[in-house]
Amino acid sequence: MKFLFKTDYEDDIRLFPHSGYLWTYGTLLVLIAAAPFVLSSYLISQLVFVSIYAIVGVALLILTGFTGQASLGHAAFLAIGAYTTAYLQQFGVPFPVYFLTAGLLTGIIGAIVGFPALRLHGIYLVIATISFALIVEEILARWESVTHGNEGLRVKTIQMLGTTVPRDSAGFYYLCMGVLIVVILGAINLLRSPTGRAFVAIRDSETAAKSMGINVSLYKVKSFAISAAITGLAGCLFAHKLTFISPEMFTLQLSIEFIMVILIGGAFSLHGAVLGAIFIVMVDPFLTFLKDDIPGAIANFSMLMGAGAERAAAIEKSTAAVASANGLKGAIYGFLIMAFILFEPLGLYGRWLKIKLFFQLFPLYKRATFKRQKIYVKSERNR
Amino acid sequence: MLDFVQQLVSGIALGCVYGLIALGFVLIYKATEVVNFAQGDLMMLGGFFAFTFIGILGLNYWIGFFAAVVAMAAFGMLAERLVVRPILGYPQFTIVMATIGLGFFLRSVAGMIWGTDDLKIDTPFSQGVLRLGGLVLAHDKLSVIAATLLLCLLLYLFFNKTTLGTAMRASSENMLAAYYMGIPVKRVVAIVWAISAAVATAAGVLLAPITFIHSNVGLVLGLKAFPAAVLGGFGSIPGALVGGVLIGVIESMAGFYLPQGWKDVAPYIVLLAVLLLKPEGIFGLHVRKKV
Repeated sequence: MKFLFKTDYEDDIRLFPHSGYLWTYGTLLVLIAAAPFVLSSYLISQLVFVSIYAIVGVALLILTGFTGQASLGHAAFLAIGAYTTAYLQQFGVPFPVYFLTAGLLTGIIGAIVGFPALRLHGIYLVIATISFALIVEEILARWESVTHGNEGLRVKTIQMLGTTVPRDSAGFYYLCMGVLIVVILGAINLLRSPTGRAFVAIRDSETAAKSMGINVSLYKVKSFAISAAITGLAGCLFAHKLTFISPEMFTLQLSIEFIMVILIGGAFSLHGAVLGAIFIVMVDPFLTFLKDDIPGAIANFSMLMGAGAERAAAIEKSTAAVASANGLKGAIYGFLIMAFILFEPLGLYGRWLKIKLFFQLFPLYKRATFKRQKIYVKSERNR
Repeated sequence: MLDFVQQLVSGIALGCVYGLIALGFVLIYKATEVVNFAQGDLMMLGGFFAFTFIGILGLNYWIGFFAAVVAMAAFGMLAERLVVRPILGYPQFTIVMATIGLGFFLRSVAGMIWGTDDLKIDTPFSQGVLRLGGLVLAHDKLSVIAATLLLCLLLYLFFNKTTLGTAMRASSENMLAAYYMGIPVKRVVAIVWAISAAVATAAGVLLAPITFIHSNVGLVLGLKAFPAAVLGGFGSIPGALVGGVLIGVIESMAGFYLPQGWKDVAPYIVLLAVLLLKPEGIFGLHVRKKV
């Protein structure tokens, strides 16, 4: 186990605490850069979705994980980013301009949402953000002069530096990964700055933060704006990836998927956002695998176990029926949410930390290190 | 004028539907300060249970109704035991997420078991129509109004007059203190989930002739019941009824007098306005802030 000897405050907030970090992240960077040459185009396309989900995950983490303001309305911010992109494109605005405008505009709307949210906390905030998302969804469906209503909008491919960047090219993959890396670095920098420290202070205790001289309202609005702006950037990439957007893509379910990203990844670390994004995006390929391969495999297995051909065919048919049932994705999502909350509250990154600590402390690891502190519910009404 | 009154009456009928679902939210909130996002899905499941008992097994309507309520009360206890109890006492948002997960799960599984078609139950209220002057009111809507009023009254008395009701209020105020006073907090929570699931089932069965039973009915109506619960003040039983009726009337008025599209959004705009201006709702408790 490596002990860091810190002699001043700079050591505490350094981006790479020791050379090991440089090696790890350097290797990761090389792997990311090499991926388009090695992996199939399907996997690259999945990785693009991973990066988009991870960007939203980081955004949500800043708001929910670090400032403690739960939001179930991030699909609406994504939609605003995506629609800004599609709308501005019609007037021949170049990519860098509308990309940044998408972020800026969403950020402004985020700040506007943040103001009313100041008076709310806990469950009321969740309900308010849900209503905000539902209202935005309805506006997108009705404001036909701009959004074309339920017909949706087409998104043209990116034109940049005289070349086109199609949505399934390696260039687009590098673009998304680049944005993700910039966003993550930005988030790390934000979190070690006074603003980030103020966010965490607000999460841990609003009263304590206030008495330390932190302007709670200002920082909450800032957190909303930053989170929304990053989501808006992701929305621009999302629109380009899908090439077609319509209001029914940005539903409550998408907001819940984003919450799942940080829930599954681990709610208090940026690593978690990326891990969670990988996990959520992989649910779809897993379902396809379930549909295509599992029924046959089970039938073969039952033949091996001595079942007749007729019986095996029946088994294959019934498993196929379950595996291709309509609601299977919802059931898996629901199950995942419950399972992670009940059994792995620190998420995938928490599991990785546990495994790492187990080997670092080898015979001395004890389970209780990561035990959650139980707090007994006191009425929120008296807050 | 007659149009206005007809809209008002049908708004009230619709509002009672929301009120009935909001009652379930309020019950669980009142006893545990948890908002159960799966409430609408419990209602949906109750409807499917009743369909199974009445439509498939061919039981008498009232016996089937009763059986569904009992079965769902047991199911509510089971859900509480498996999903909520292990995380009782952790931050609110954790529990909220768990109930969202539960809702997802129930919706999909119900869709797999009972299919995705709209199902119907034959009820004694299905056909009749009440005429008052120029007003027309279907019996099934009247049954919802009557049941909502009755349940509100019963639950209000239960919470304010019985020992168990007082224990529930105590455990929501301060779980640890309630525990010290000898209240079996865990059992109280289990019971409140059972009651809430039973109320949801009553809603589901009474709504069956109006909205039909399908796996998404809970999500759609559940989201509309939130504004009702918030408007009434989240912890108040009469508030749920009043909030529900207000939302119902606003929705049907917006549908009649405003351009298309406002009908679906109006409840949420009202909700946001209420949260901004008077977050404790109409009947909410006003408590001074302690540091």
